[in-house]
Amino acid sequence: MANVGYSKKVMEHFMNPHNVGIIEKPDGYGKVGNPVCGDVMEIFIRVKDDIITDIKFRTFGCGSAIATSSMVTDLAKGKHVDEAMKLSRGDVANELDGLPPQKMHCSNLAADALHEAIKDYRNKKKK
Amino acid sequence: MKRIYLDHASSMPVDPRVLKLAESYLITNYGNPSSLHSVGLDAKQAIEDARKKIADFINAENENCIIFTGSATESNNLAIRGAALRNITQGKSVVASAIEHISVLNPMKELQKNGFTFTIIPVDSTGLLDLELLAKHVTKNTTVTSVMYANNEIGTIEPIHEISNIVHEKGIYLHVDATAAAGRIPIDVQKEKIDLLTLSSNDLYGPHGAGVLYIKPGVKIQSVLLGGGQERGLRSGTENIFAIVGMGEAAHLAGKEMNTESKRLTTIRDTIIKDLLQIEDTYLTGHPTQRLPHHASVRFSGIEGESILLNMDMYGIQISTGSACSSKTLEPSHVLLAIGLKHEEAHGSMVISLGQSNTMTDVPTIKKAAKETVERLRQLSPLYQPKR
Repeated sequence: MANVGYSKKVMEHFMNPHNVGIIEKPDGYGKVGNPVCGDVMEIFIRVKDDIITDIKFRTFGCGSAIATSSMVTDLAKGKHVDEAMKLSRGDVANELDGLPPQKMHCSNLAADALHEAIKDYRNKKKK
Repeated sequence: MKRIYLDHASSMPVDPRVLKLAESYLITNYGNPSSLHSVGLDAKQAIEDARKKIADFINAENENCIIFTGSATESNNLAIRGAALRNITQGKSVVASAIEHISVLNPMKELQKNGFTFTIIPVDSTGLLDLELLAKHVTKNTTVTSVMYANNEIGTIEPIHEISNIVHEKGIYLHVDATAAAGRIPIDVQKEKIDLLTLSSNDLYGPHGAGVLYIKPGVKIQSVLLGGGQERGLRSGTENIFAIVGMGEAAHLAGKEMNTESKRLTTIRDTIIKDLLQIEDTYLTGHPTQRLPHHASVRFSGIEGESILLNMDMYGIQISTGSACSSKTLEPSHVLLAIGLKHEEAHGSMVISLGQSNTMTDVPTIKKAAKETVERLRQLSPLYQPKR
């Protein structure tokens, strides 16, 4: 497969991903995937008054795994957590001008990682 | 940016000398070798010349041992299905190594539907076949055993001579897929007592669209394709004369030039392996010495192969990987799993296969690109923890 079918935007985000790294003592943390399957993503969020003020990610995976992680952090940054919770895998793929069909499922987990991070934030808030 | 192509195991350019000889068979000598007129006879003669060149290349008993097919995949299918089904009265068992090409493994799996048992013989961590288990599992009920000459993903060269002795002690046919080995190391089917041997045109700098199955005199197989009865009835279909003439010439040139070229590539290969292993947490895959001269393969921990491939491509360097993400099945390479790698380890592999266009001057660029690629992807990875 390689980059057959990867849009220019996917390659841009793959080569120069945004918001890479970790946040110490994050307000929310989400991790999805499995090294056996070849994709692991983790997302760290800093939240103030329910607004995502900072977001970072680290990803082990293929080109689209890295690009979708980068894109989802861009989309979520500055958003209210309720709005960010509505971001879907499809939104991420659309913003990247699409993904090859075989990548839609396995390496498009970034929105899931974001949702996990928001859930974690909400759980912490309840306590 | 200069292109540094390091993926000759996937596809090779056609040697210009090959093209020069073969191209007239597309444009002026376009006869059908089955036609009895002069244009047909010219085409027929061209195929017979190519057959002779292939026979010489592998030291076959005579040119009638050479059957032209459309690809190595087709040759493997013809060998496995043809031998198993033709000799079904002898038994219903087939045996293959765990690192065979999918075009050997899948026909054997298919035979299970016809009631055959299919036994897979494991390899060790360097990719060498377990000879004791081979001796145990090849029995008088086996119809065909298939072991590749050398593996395309890890470069390991199998001890074909010993394997041949074990299989022939039981009186069983040995099929050898020599797609990756041919043109890199000498092959002598008589000396190694091989019954069936697969070759691919493109892996010799010939055009795509031709393969060969060598069949030792007296070895009985049946056809897979039914039709006009070309190629001694074993491969019906009008011959691809352009590809066949090209393959013949490619084999002829490989026979003449292989020793010098393999020595040249071995030096480059060894330098590349040494450079790559200097990158932290990097491990050789395949055998350290019993290895194809043009082949370097490693794995990097904590990163994924498709990312490695894409990142290297940004430097103008084309490599291959056994990662799941680069495959159609989304499964990691069965070869890397067979040498005992865990799934997450198999994802981070890089395969380099050198060819005519590569020189020692490419090596510093490859080293720099690999180092920067690995560092960048590890910075992104939640799985990579430096050992220090």
